[in-house]
Amino acid sequence: MSKVEVKGLYKIFGTTPKKILPMIKKGMSKDEILKKTGHGIGVNNANFNVEEGETFVVMGLSGSGKSTLIRCLNYLIEPTSGEIWIDDKNIVGCSKEDLMEIRRKKIAMVFQNFALLPHRTILDNIAFGLEIQNMDVNKRREKASEMLELVGLKGYGESYPSQLSGGMQQRVGLARALATDPDILLMDEAFSALDPLIRKEMQIELLKLQSKMKKTIIFITHDLDEALKIGDRIAIMKDGNIIQIDTPEEILKNPADDYVKEFVQDVNRAKVVTASTIMRDPDTVVYSKDGARIAVRKMKEASISSIFVTDRERHLKGILTIDDATNLLKSGKDNLDSIIHKDISTVSPDTAIEDLMQYFINSKYPVAVTDEENKLLGIIFKVSVLAGILGEDIVNV
Amino acid sequence: MFRIPIGDFVETVIDWLTENLSVFFDAIKSILESIVQGFEFVFTLIPFFITIPILALIAWRVSGKGTAAFTVIGMLLIKSIGLWSNTMSTLALVFTSTFIAIVVGLPIGIWMSRSNTVDKVVRPILDFMQTMPAFVYLIPAVYFFDLGKVPGAVATVIFAMPPIVRLTNLGIRQVPEDVIEASRSFGSTAGQLLYKVQIPLAKPTILAGLNQTIMLSLSMVVISSMIGSGGLGDVVLKGITQMKVGLGFEGGLAVVILAMILDRITQGFGKNTSKSRK
Repeated sequence: MSKVEVKGLYKIFGTTPKKILPMIKKGMSKDEILKKTGHGIGVNNANFNVEEGETFVVMGLSGSGKSTLIRCLNYLIEPTSGEIWIDDKNIVGCSKEDLMEIRRKKIAMVFQNFALLPHRTILDNIAFGLEIQNMDVNKRREKASEMLELVGLKGYGESYPSQLSGGMQQRVGLARALATDPDILLMDEAFSALDPLIRKEMQIELLKLQSKMKKTIIFITHDLDEALKIGDRIAIMKDGNIIQIDTPEEILKNPADDYVKEFVQDVNRAKVVTASTIMRDPDTVVYSKDGARIAVRKMKEASISSIFVTDRERHLKGILTIDDATNLLKSGKDNLDSIIHKDISTVSPDTAIEDLMQYFINSKYPVAVTDEENKLLGIIFKVSVLAGILGEDIVNV
Repeated sequence: MFRIPIGDFVETVIDWLTENLSVFFDAIKSILESIVQGFEFVFTLIPFFITIPILALIAWRVSGKGTAAFTVIGMLLIKSIGLWSNTMSTLALVFTSTFIAIVVGLPIGIWMSRSNTVDKVVRPILDFMQTMPAFVYLIPAVYFFDLGKVPGAVATVIFAMPPIVRLTNLGIRQVPEDVIEASRSFGSTAGQLLYKVQIPLAKPTILAGLNQTIMLSLSMVVISSMIGSGGLGDVVLKGITQMKVGLGFEGGLAVVILAMILDRITQGFGKNTSKSRK
C-alpha cells in the first residue's frame, strides 16, 4: 500500500469554490473560470501515490500550484474536494483531533525561508515540535541535541537563528522536522533560498540522510536539476495540473508534452541518464566453453570487433577481439582462455553517463555493466554514450 | 434647520446608566480605589532613599548607565523641590491606569488580530477614544464615580488604552505567515500558537504600545486633576488657577522627568527582547 495517496484533489480559491467545481469538470480552462467567476484554480484534479521511503518531487514554476498542493497534504490549506490518504486514513474531512495527531506524529514540514522562531535558541527551535506535544523539557532538549548533531551543527544549540547562515538555518529547519520522527517529510522549496553551492551541499546532505532514514519525502522545487538529482519520481505541474509523473530518466527520455520537453532540453543529461538506460542487452556474448569458432561467427553476425565472455550463469569473464580469435583458429586451437582480456572496465547500472566517459578515453573496448555478483547486465558502446547525452533513442543506434 | 439632539440623547443614556447600574459602577469604583490606594500606599511608604536606588537599578539593567544617572538626578530634583509625594501619587495613578489598560486592552488587541470583523468594529471606537477631547470624559466619569482618583483613572484608561490595543493587533498581524504555518504544521493548538509564537514575536511591538500607553496616561494625569485625582496634576492646576508660574513650572518639570524615566525604561524592555532576533 502507498504511504500517501491523493485522489481527485481540487483546490479552488474564491468565495464559492464548490460551485466552480462542476465547471472545471466540464473542462473549462483556468483563465475562463478566472474571467467569468473570479475564482482561481490552485490544484486541478491531482492524482498520485507516494510509496514508503520514496522521494517524490513536485516540480513546477511559480503559480503552478505546487505549494498549494503540498499544503493540502498537511491541511494547512483545505482542499475543495478529493481524497488524501495517509496510511489508511483519509485526512479530508477528518476530525480536528485526528488532524492534530497526524501533524504531530506523522508529517513534518520544512519551509523555503526556514520559518524559525527568532526569539528561541537553535536547540529550542529544534525542540519546538516536541514541545507542542507537551514533551518534558529535558527529554525534548536531549532529543533536539541528537538532531543537532545529525545535521552537523553540534555546538550551535545556544545560538539564535539570526546568528546562523542560511544553509545552517535550513539545517535547523530540517532537524526540527526530523525531531518528531515523522514518517513523511514535506519540503517546500526547502533549498531554493540558498546559494547555489550551499544548495548543492544540502542536496547531497539530504540524500545522505535519506539513505539512512528512509523517510517518505515530498519535495517541492522549481529547479529541474534539483528535481532530477534527488527525486525517485518527479511530478511536473503547470497551471494546477500534473502533466507528467515519472522517473527522472523517463521524463528526460519521454517528455509528456512540449512544455515538459522545453523544460528538459537544457538539462545536463550526462548527470542524469544512467548506464542502465543506454546499455544494450548483452545478447551477443560467448560462453567461455564455446570456443573460438563460435566466437568468430557471433562477432561476424553482429558485425562487431570484440565480444564479452561469460560463463553459463552470465558471470563476466572478460573480453576477446576478433583478431585474436581468428589467429587462434588459424593456429588450430579452439580454447578461448588464452586470449581473454581480463582488464576490462565494469560499472554498475546506476552510474551516470558523466562518470562513464573516463572509461572510454583509454580503452578501445565497450564497457560492461554488471551487478554486485559480477553478472553481465548490459554493454555500453562509445556511440551509446553520445546518443545518451543527446537524448537520441538508443535502440536505433 | 432640524437639530438632531445628540447631546440630549447622551445625557439621557448617562442618566439612565447612573440610575440603573449604580451597583455595577460602585463595584468598579471600589476595585479601582483599592488598586490605586494599594499602589499609592506602597510608593509613599517606601522612603525616597530606597525608591531612587531601586528605580536607578531597573533603569541601569534595562536601559544603561545614562538612564540610571538621569533617574537618580531627576528624582533627587523632584525630592528637592518638595514634590515627592505628589509624584508618587501620580505614579500610582499611572500604574493603575496602565495595569487596567493592559488587562483590558491586550485581550481586545488579540481578538482584533484574529478577526477582521472585530478589527473593523473596534477600530473606529479606538479612534473615538483617542481623538475625543480628553476633558469630555471627565464629565461622565464624575457622574459614575464621583470626584477623586477613580474617575481620573477611568478617564485615563479610556484615553491611554488605544495604543496598546492597536499595537497588539498590529504586532500579531505582522508575525510572518511561514512561522505561523510552521507552528500549525507541527500540530499546535490555537493557544500554543498564540503563546509560543504570536505573542513572543509581537512582543517588541506590544511593548512599544505599552510605552505609548504609559506616556498618554501621564499626559492625562494633569487633566484628571481637575476632578480631584491629585498628584502632580494638582500642582500644575494650582499654578494655573492661582497664576503661580513657578509652581506650575515645577509641577510640569516633575511630570516631564517622570515621563522620560518611564519612557526610557519601557523602551529598554522593548529593545532587550529584540536583541536576540535583530
